[in-house]
Amino acid sequence: MLLIHCPYCEMDRPELEFRYGGEAHIARPADPMATSDETWAEHLYFRSNPRGLHAERWRHISGCGRFFNCLRDTVSDRIVTTYKAGEARPEIDRGAA
Amino acid sequence: MSEHFRLSGATGRAVRFVFDGVTYQGREGDTLASALLANGVHLIGRSYKYHRPRGMLTAGAEEPNALVAVERGRGRMTPNLRATQIELYDGLVATSQNRWPSLAFDVGVINDVAGKFYSAGFYYKTFMGPKFAGTALWTRVFEPIVRYAAGLGARPTDPDPDRYAQFYAHCDVLVCGAGPAGLAAALAAARSGKDVILCDEQSEPGGSLLHETTATIDGRPARVWAEEGLAELKAAANVRVMARTQAFGWYAQNFVALSERVADHLAELPRGARERLWQVRAKRVVIATGAIERPIVFPGNDRPGVMLAEAGRIYLNRFGVKVGSRVVVVTAHDSAYRVALDLAAAGVTVAAIADVRSMPLRARMQEAEAAGIRVISSATVTGTKGRRRVSGVGIAQVGGDVVGGTDWIACDCLLMSGGWTPSVHLYSQSRGKVVWHEDRQMFLPGASVQDERSAGACRGSFTLEAALSEGDRAGAEAAGIETARPSFAITGEAGTEGGVLGRLPRRPGAKGKAFVDFQNDVKADDIELAVQEGMRSIEHVKRYTTTGMATDQGKTSNLNALAIAAGKLGRSIPQVGLTTFRQPYTPVTFGAFAGANRGDLFDPVRQTPIHSWAEENGAAFEDVGLWKRAWYFPKPGEDMHRAVLRECRQTRATAGIFDASTLGKIEVVGPDAAVFMEKLYTNPWAKLEPGRCRYGLMLNEAGFVMDDGVIARMADDRFHVTTTTGGAPRVLHHMEDYLQTEFPDLRVWLTSTTEQWAVIAVQGPKAREIVAPLVAGFDISKEAMPHMSIREGTVCGVPARVMRVSFTGELGFEINVPADHGRAVWEAVWAEGRKVDAVAYGTEAMHVMRAEKGYIIVGQETDGTVTPADLGLNWAVGKAKKDFVGKRSLVRPDMIVDGRKQLVGLLTEDPAIVLEEGAQITATAAPAAGTRALGHVTSSYASPALGRSIALAMVAGGRDRSGERLYVPMPGGAIAVTIVDPVFVDPKGERLDV
Amino acid sequence: MSDRSVAVAARRGPLHAVSLPKGETFAVTRAPDAARFVLRGDPAGVAAFGPAAPGMLRASESGSRAALRLGPDEILLLAPGEDAEAIRGELAAKLPAGAHSLVDVSHRQIGLVVEGRSAALCLAAGCPLDLRPAAFPIGMATRTIFLKAEIVLWRQADDRFHVEVWRSFAPYLVGHLSDAHAGSSDP
Repeated sequence: MLLIHCPYCEMDRPELEFRYGGEAHIARPADPMATSDETWAEHLYFRSNPRGLHAERWRHISGCGRFFNCLRDTVSDRIVTTYKAGEARPEIDRGAA
Repeated sequence: MSEHFRLSGATGRAVRFVFDGVTYQGREGDTLASALLANGVHLIGRSYKYHRPRGMLTAGAEEPNALVAVERGRGRMTPNLRATQIELYDGLVATSQNRWPSLAFDVGVINDVAGKFYSAGFYYKTFMGPKFAGTALWTRVFEPIVRYAAGLGARPTDPDPDRYAQFYAHCDVLVCGAGPAGLAAALAAARSGKDVILCDEQSEPGGSLLHETTATIDGRPARVWAEEGLAELKAAANVRVMARTQAFGWYAQNFVALSERVADHLAELPRGARERLWQVRAKRVVIATGAIERPIVFPGNDRPGVMLAEAGRIYLNRFGVKVGSRVVVVTAHDSAYRVALDLAAAGVTVAAIADVRSMPLRARMQEAEAAGIRVISSATVTGTKGRRRVSGVGIAQVGGDVVGGTDWIACDCLLMSGGWTPSVHLYSQSRGKVVWHEDRQMFLPGASVQDERSAGACRGSFTLEAALSEGDRAGAEAAGIETARPSFAITGEAGTEGGVLGRLPRRPGAKGKAFVDFQNDVKADDIELAVQEGMRSIEHVKRYTTTGMATDQGKTSNLNALAIAAGKLGRSIPQVGLTTFRQPYTPVTFGAFAGANRGDLFDPVRQTPIHSWAEENGAAFEDVGLWKRAWYFPKPGEDMHRAVLRECRQTRATAGIFDASTLGKIEVVGPDAAVFMEKLYTNPWAKLEPGRCRYGLMLNEAGFVMDDGVIARMADDRFHVTTTTGGAPRVLHHMEDYLQTEFPDLRVWLTSTTEQWAVIAVQGPKAREIVAPLVAGFDISKEAMPHMSIREGTVCGVPARVMRVSFTGELGFEINVPADHGRAVWEAVWAEGRKVDAVAYGTEAMHVMRAEKGYIIVGQETDGTVTPADLGLNWAVGKAKKDFVGKRSLVRPDMIVDGRKQLVGLLTEDPAIVLEEGAQITATAAPAAGTRALGHVTSSYASPALGRSIALAMVAGGRDRSGERLYVPMPGGAIAVTIVDPVFVDPKGERLDV
Repeated sequence: MSDRSVAVAARRGPLHAVSLPKGETFAVTRAPDAARFVLRGDPAGVAAFGPAAPGMLRASESGSRAALRLGPDEILLLAPGEDAEAIRGELAAKLPAGAHSLVDVSHRQIGLVVEGRSAALCLAAGCPLDLRPAAFPIGMATRTIFLKAEIVLWRQADDRFHVEVWRSFAPYLVGHLSDAHAGSSDP
């Protein structure tokens, strides 16, 4: 069981309190009806699935209830950093992971 | 039998125990193994494949052979326990395994004679291909035989009556292993005042110090030093010493699982837990797991009486038991000399030390000679004699590549030491990469991946001084303090040099089974055969031969197997690779993993505030998610069908009362509440007036229906949202997701109120008569409270929200009252209902009545691929709305294509036939194989209102097929059906308007 | 509308007929019925209720009233023995318009007092948080999990916790705490 640092609670909490929420920084288009079928399908279904650092959403559902973002290395399953929803993805060197 | 092999002067209370029906005497403090050995019993089991007689190989957790079952009453049979770990108590009953009809005479031994049929890859070769796969010969003959013969021990069949507890624990320093390194580590860490857990698998901490009789530490006998250290640890408030506790698994971020045997060593059955599972989160871990002695691979190395050398010393010094009266020691390592000396000092004849090394250390030779023990150097073993117990060993000397003539030496015990393998299991589980040290011929821990450090023999430091000072350093470092004592004064230590891997030299063409993996019966020849047949990686050799795959996971065998494979391949050991060390280190009971999570405590059993009334009134219950819901209320003599028929009829005739408390409820509050609702539901909300309700439809972003429910506007800034019973958490999570991450600027907040309210639905033409007398503060007349409205006031004197809604097609009210009042209000409603012959109805009648009205149930009519249009629910989609979740997807090409499945009604031509839900629908009665179905039945009931069966279905282009005749093919023949409108009862909704 | 008087419906909680563990080192008792609200929005709004606005994951108290800060903008208000309708009225008048959500959850959950020398150990049967006083000090309050139930855990003393649990999960929680107590004792 991982320990995950909740950026709102500002403490490490057990993974069991969290729920995974898929890839982060996939913004819903401001006017979906103005998007093409291709763009919309891309938005709905296509994800980056990288080997290495992955920005993803988690929710501290059985804690403070907040969604936040996290950078996790998909090779080592190590969480490199977490940050609040709405904040930009931190610049982290792949090698530091 | 009375302990002929026990040293005279043995202390410890005598206890009786039974092994295979024979009563023996042992001593308190014995293991089953030591007690049997005290009685001269070596034969304790039959091997897995060849059913060869086997005895104790070791004195510890690594034991591959001595697996027994312990029986302590009904449901309390534990198979596959290691006799070397079973603590003796008065009345212990143990039986051997894997033998039939008896241990001494076993029919399966035919496998030994016919051994060539069981060579490496036997299963792969024998039962592969069309000759066997799927044939009756396989399924009826071979598979049952293989299944019967396979496996170890017997499976208990009664429920386990014992209690198993589980706890999370947190500490600053966890020390795994309480030998010299672990004790030193714990003592150092304890001084810091930080929380320390020291765990050890044995009944008493101390590890090798428990049988160390020669060495001294700081001027005190090693054992005394250990006892004093332990006393100090036990007295420290910040230290928890856990004996009988195996650290068996290491997971991410220093999360280490411990299994504690609480009660198996006691004669009385446990009042508390039998075992405890500890899930420990440690800031830092010290691994002090020691090393395991390696067997030597030579023909006949598996006979009872052939043991690891140090085991002989442990039985002697710790348990006062001589493993034989005439012993031969075969060794590649200095430590076995100390074993020989201790045995000789205790009066055991040591017939010879056969050292496989050409030049044993001079000091060792001198010690042996001084004790009158012959040392044969450059030795190899050509074979052993004896059937159920070793009676002699053939020793030959090796000169260059030539193996000389065999000298048979009589013995009743053969002790062997191939050297020591550091226990890197936990380190490896922590994802650390072990590093091969060619000079020392061993894998040792490399860099740390997690915050841990190894100390002592598990990192190849075998001297007492090194183990203690490394432990001390590791403990101090883990606790974040300076080490207080850089060194320990040691005297009288045994030698720590030597070792051999792989099989001993033999004459060309020499025969005889030389075992590598004792538990899975894998021989040196099997491993060489696997290589010969093309296996290159140790992972393949392992799977092909099953070496290392038994319950002991190859603790004593992996290195030898690796060396043999590498030798045959002509490659280095690291090139061949190392198999993965997996959790658990030793087997853990299912009970420990299950803990208290079984029976009534497996899952939360959620009950509504009205549950007790339903129970008292004979309801049958069904599980809906974690909820128990009243399914139907049978009267005496009624089956489900009759009860449901009565409940539906009476509800439509006068009234029915239904517990709807499980409906999900979410309060959406804030100035932007309506804006938010517009985004999350398909319907328009801005203009819904406070006091009114609307059916809401929720889509996911892909445009598919995910939930529905009636939503009431309490005030401009407050909505009372209901969801499906199973959907409540999902809907709230979905709402929070959009609110927090897509629309964070909206001033609106969500609160689950599912359990705040008990909900009593009163449905039927007499509903108003029932509810009216209980209500105060508002008017429920037809004029004042129209269909789809909500009022706040009191019911039975408690604050209530009453909705006029219907899920039956009848006049209906849903009374929401604070949950603690639910049962009393229900009883008041029931009392009013009785006056008009109202019934209580359950979920089944609810389902039937809603299907009669063509109302969908999300999850029954829908399956995650269904749009509002498919369901005929386009009326619930706000056309003028610019955006809502899922809207854009509704106009994707595939969502508007012709021929999508649509909700329809089905009537069978034979009104008595009730279709199977989930059945496929086809255009013809006997479609050709591979024909795509047109759709499927989603709901199907006998309808009391229609007096015949009805069904709902999703059918391709269904709404254009009205009146069409289709078929539902079933095993007994196709059933003809006609497509109809899905609303079977009161299509104009006149019954609602009363 | 009816003018007939109806007897006020009696209360029955979810632990009706459930026996609670009680021993020398561990006991679970029901906290008194309380008015409870979830207050969302600016935590400064807590002042309208009485206690000072609590810091994140902390409880603050005033008299018998307590406010537990469960999230950045989520506070659980507890008022043992008080009437929810009265408090609702009181707060509605004091809270600034449009800045908060106030929802009555008095009956959604119940309070349990878990106390004794083994309190933290028994809670650790299902709660994976570090409950050592340094990591979970007196005055800390947070939502967390206990096996398959969600709870709010508030430490009131070294050996005393107040636990809030949704009503239908309460028998499950109590059953596991009983079991943990039995399983924690030495043979």
